[in-house]
Amino acid sequence: MKVFIDAQRCQGHGRCFSLAPSVFGFDELGNGHVLGDGVVEGESLALARLAEANCPEHAISIGES
Amino acid sequence: MTIKPPVSDFATDWDHTDPQWVNDPYPIWEDLRTRCPVAHTDRYGGAWFPATHAGVSAVANDTEHFTSRTVVLGNGRPMEDALPAPIGVAPPITSDPPFHQIARRLILPAFAPGPINALEPMIRQLCNDLLDRVVGRGVINGGSDYAQFIPPAVIKRMLGFPEADEDLFREFVHIVLEGIDLPVEERIEQFAPIEEYFRIQIEDHQAHPRNDLTTFLLNAEILGEKLSIEHVFGTMVLILVAGIDTTWSALGASLWHLAKNPDDLARLVNEPDLMPFAIEEFLRFYAPVTMARLVKEDMEYLGCPMKQDDWILLGFPAANRDPEVFERADEFIIDRRENRHLAFGLGIHRCAGSNLARLELRVAIEEFIRRYPRFTLADPAQVTWAQGQVRGPRSLPLRVA
Repeated sequence: MKVFIDAQRCQGHGRCFSLAPSVFGFDELGNGHVLGDGVVEGESLALARLAEANCPEHAISIGES
Repeated sequence: MTIKPPVSDFATDWDHTDPQWVNDPYPIWEDLRTRCPVAHTDRYGGAWFPATHAGVSAVANDTEHFTSRTVVLGNGRPMEDALPAPIGVAPPITSDPPFHQIARRLILPAFAPGPINALEPMIRQLCNDLLDRVVGRGVINGGSDYAQFIPPAVIKRMLGFPEADEDLFREFVHIVLEGIDLPVEERIEQFAPIEEYFRIQIEDHQAHPRNDLTTFLLNAEILGEKLSIEHVFGTMVLILVAGIDTTWSALGASLWHLAKNPDDLARLVNEPDLMPFAIEEFLRFYAPVTMARLVKEDMEYLGCPMKQDDWILLGFPAANRDPEVFERADEFIIDRRENRHLAFGLGIHRCAGSNLARLELRVAIEEFIRRYPRFTLADPAQVTWAQGQVRGPRSLPLRVA
């Protein structure tokens, strides 16, 4: 599976990189972004799903890689 | 003090300074959610209150129909001699697009996780110094001995203000946020010492630049031009006001909850891995901050006949209790895994200081429960709550031994 952040929706709440620092990073404004190629499985998929379920802006999505 | 008539019906005559709302707003909001769900009042020159998550989200995300020109509901409307829209008196919180994004990008790097996380040792030290001051006492005040000191000390350092002025800051915050019932002329008079204080700080930083946010703002440029002094002043006021009693309130409410719920306190003490989830649940359940918007033009919205310059009170704390969005919304669940709460707002005005607020909240709770793994309310009747758009306990006597 692959995780995405919609940069237009992200407002920098910081929930994703706090809950799943191995999957998400942040830029100099504090907005989140996906680390690496965004392919997630097992533990990292579970973390990505946790982040998705906590993003107040619904900016995170997980789809087929 | 103005004596106001008591509220007859919160659906048609609400007032967020009514004692019933101040002391326990949650049953009122629950009632409004089922009955309205957008409540109205003629008070304050006309104002609306969406009580649902859907209503709050719609308004928060709609900068076309609503302006942030002012975000603190009061008897007057923003003064004409203030910075014109879309800048507003305290950019970026009072700014609308497109200027908003420019003013916000300017300050966001200072509040991004990197620089904020670097403050953790300082905040931890500060918390311990405060706890050392009351060591040996059986009852300490979680508000006036502890929570109220932490945010001002941090903000003071960030802005580069003198050591001794924290009491003044709290007074300023009180004036800005709690003086809303005063007539407009008196309110302007009240603001004079705040302006004078900031003028002195700005002049001091102009003469002696240093590595802090005030100097940063004085040197900052937008499109090759330095910010106007009004912009610098407004952003400094914003950082001071927004950075102080918000976090103080969230921390106070969290300690209040732990004092009343020994099971949650024991779990937090014994299971430190719960902390990230507990913090978010404190923020959801006791979200301190409510914002305001003004209606730009007459329109029908959420089924309501809104008029230009009507207020909208954006009840993020009410949205956080909406059962349409949160399972068991009226229960505090310390390990709640899914928590899309709106304590820091939604959309382009997401609280710029949220990383700092979370850090202060976490460290202050960690240090408090490390020192006092068991504490209770010393006297529930003595707990007092702030009125206005930032809600939290001001006096919070806790029995710690």
